[in-house]
Amino acid sequence: MELKAGDRLHSAVSDTEVIVIKTTGGNVTLTCGGLPLVPAGENGARGQIQPGQEGEVLLGKRYVDEEDTLELLCTKPGLGALAVDGRPLGLKSAKPLPSSD
Amino acid sequence: MHLGLVLEMVHSGYGSRTAVTVGEAALDYAALAERSWAASEYIGELGVPSVVYIGGNDLAYPVALFGAAGAGVPFIPLNYRLGTEQLGVQVGAHPGSLVLHADRIAVGSDPGRTLACQSFLERTHGVAAAPPPPVDPELPCILLYTSGTTSAPKAAVLRHRHLMSYLFGTVEFASADEDEAALVSVPPYHIAGVANLLSNLFAGRRIIYLDRFDPELWLQTVRDEQVTQAMVIPTMLARVVTHLDGAGGADAPSLRSLSYGGARMPVQVLQRAVELFPGTGFVNAYGLTETSSTVALLGPDDHRTALASDDPGVRARLGSVGRLLPGIELEVRDESGGRLPAGEAGLLFFRGEQIAGEYAGEHAGRSVVDDEGWFSSRDRGWIDDEGYLFIEGRADDTIIRGGENIAPAEIEDVLLACEGIVDAAVVGLADDEWGQRLVAVVVPEGPDTVTAEQLKERVRDQLRSSRTPESIEFWPELPRTDTGKLLRRQIVARLAAG
Repeated sequence: MELKAGDRLHSAVSDTEVIVIKTTGGNVTLTCGGLPLVPAGENGARGQIQPGQEGEVLLGKRYVDEEDTLELLCTKPGLGALAVDGRPLGLKSAKPLPSSD
Repeated sequence: MHLGLVLEMVHSGYGSRTAVTVGEAALDYAALAERSWAASEYIGELGVPSVVYIGGNDLAYPVALFGAAGAGVPFIPLNYRLGTEQLGVQVGAHPGSLVLHADRIAVGSDPGRTLACQSFLERTHGVAAAPPPPVDPELPCILLYTSGTTSAPKAAVLRHRHLMSYLFGTVEFASADEDEAALVSVPPYHIAGVANLLSNLFAGRRIIYLDRFDPELWLQTVRDEQVTQAMVIPTMLARVVTHLDGAGGADAPSLRSLSYGGARMPVQVLQRAVELFPGTGFVNAYGLTETSSTVALLGPDDHRTALASDDPGVRARLGSVGRLLPGIELEVRDESGGRLPAGEAGLLFFRGEQIAGEYAGEHAGRSVVDDEGWFSSRDRGWIDDEGYLFIEGRADDTIIRGGENIAPAEIEDVLLACEGIVDAAVVGLADDEWGQRLVAVVVPEGPDTVTAEQLKERVRDQLRSSRTPESIEFWPELPRTDTGKLLRRQIVARLAAG
């Protein structure tokens, strides 16, 4: 699917919801637990987590690809590992800014 | 990205953690979210086009803000300290609104849609409400009146996506330890008050609201509540420093971070504050209402490095606003739009997802963001070779004397550094010979502490004769907004009237 910042996506295998924080565009396949994420609000039948795609998406954590071209923020936690075009997304190491307010 | 997402996240993430306290009253995160959802339902049923808030830092503030956001209508916090007449004009600019007010403020043209903050809060109690459906991120979320130091106040429009871009770009969810508490004394109708609320809630901090600022009360609250973060405007910090005059320290070891912004901070006040709060990290945040708060900041390490340095260029950074936030771009341009290199002062243009730059009412539809997304801030400044941003002030305040552009801030800094001077402002008055002539107005510490001649000599020594004020007036105080910004228009008017 064509992603843009601000898109909200829902997992097809669990309660997981993410929001796209950063993307360089282009057509990609985002999966959770091995099944493609769907736009939030268009929740269809729930599928099974695919073998090798087990994992957990944690509330408020950011997930990025290795090239740092894609960043997702988890707005609802759930089961299943996140991946883009078959490559797993990793937890972004938080480098918080000093609190300015 | 709509503001309601924040509530859903903090509701499931923090639950019974305390979210907001005002005196003895408090709401935990679950209660804050649930009351806000109930408020959205109530506002939706009323069918009002917006919610006007004329109150202080009260529990009703976050509930009304998130309630309006969830209902998809703009939240409009007004300065409750304005006179009845001015408030009437601003309320009148938003017909049909639900008007929430503190009991001490009498307003409201339509009694059916006017409610005391306390009654509003009671209506949200014990209502089992679910999160409202997501609202369009393009919808206006908050209308904030600008300070209006150079022209009449305008209502800046911040859409859901602007505020969310700021929040997601600058704050980590759950980044606060469970013991962290933020003391908030900036007013609710100021962008710092809005940004503060969102950032602290998203991080999971306990917010402690002070409804009125008083240096002793502020310090006592820091000590009693073991406050870890606080945000102040420069005049508040100046009052804390004055209050602690003669004391060796502030005795506030819990305070990890003290951020300041909203107006120029005199370096003398900052240096004294750093001595009084030795264990505290200082943060200078620079931003405008139209940029959804902070676009540049000077962090604790920057402060320490500048203070410890013998290099005048590095030391000068204490007077800068630091470096740009990730995701924010800056161009410094001359009057004809040409891009200027580092070291040269000009007009500041910002670009980024959080930047709004549009206004409501008679200014609606006239965005000050160009086709390429650049927002003309009308602030003047320059960056040094390592990207530190120095703000000279508003472009409209620039004085043109004999064809030479003069930033008042440069002269004000010299005057403020003089012994016996508490406050200073430099303005331009119409002059037949020079176009404008320089007049300084200073507030002396006491009678006969310093003479006009001594002050002129200092400026002449440090700058040059063309920047030396032609005359210097002594006033008991300078007119400022209640968030500490100089009201130059009033100074000029008073001087012109003689």
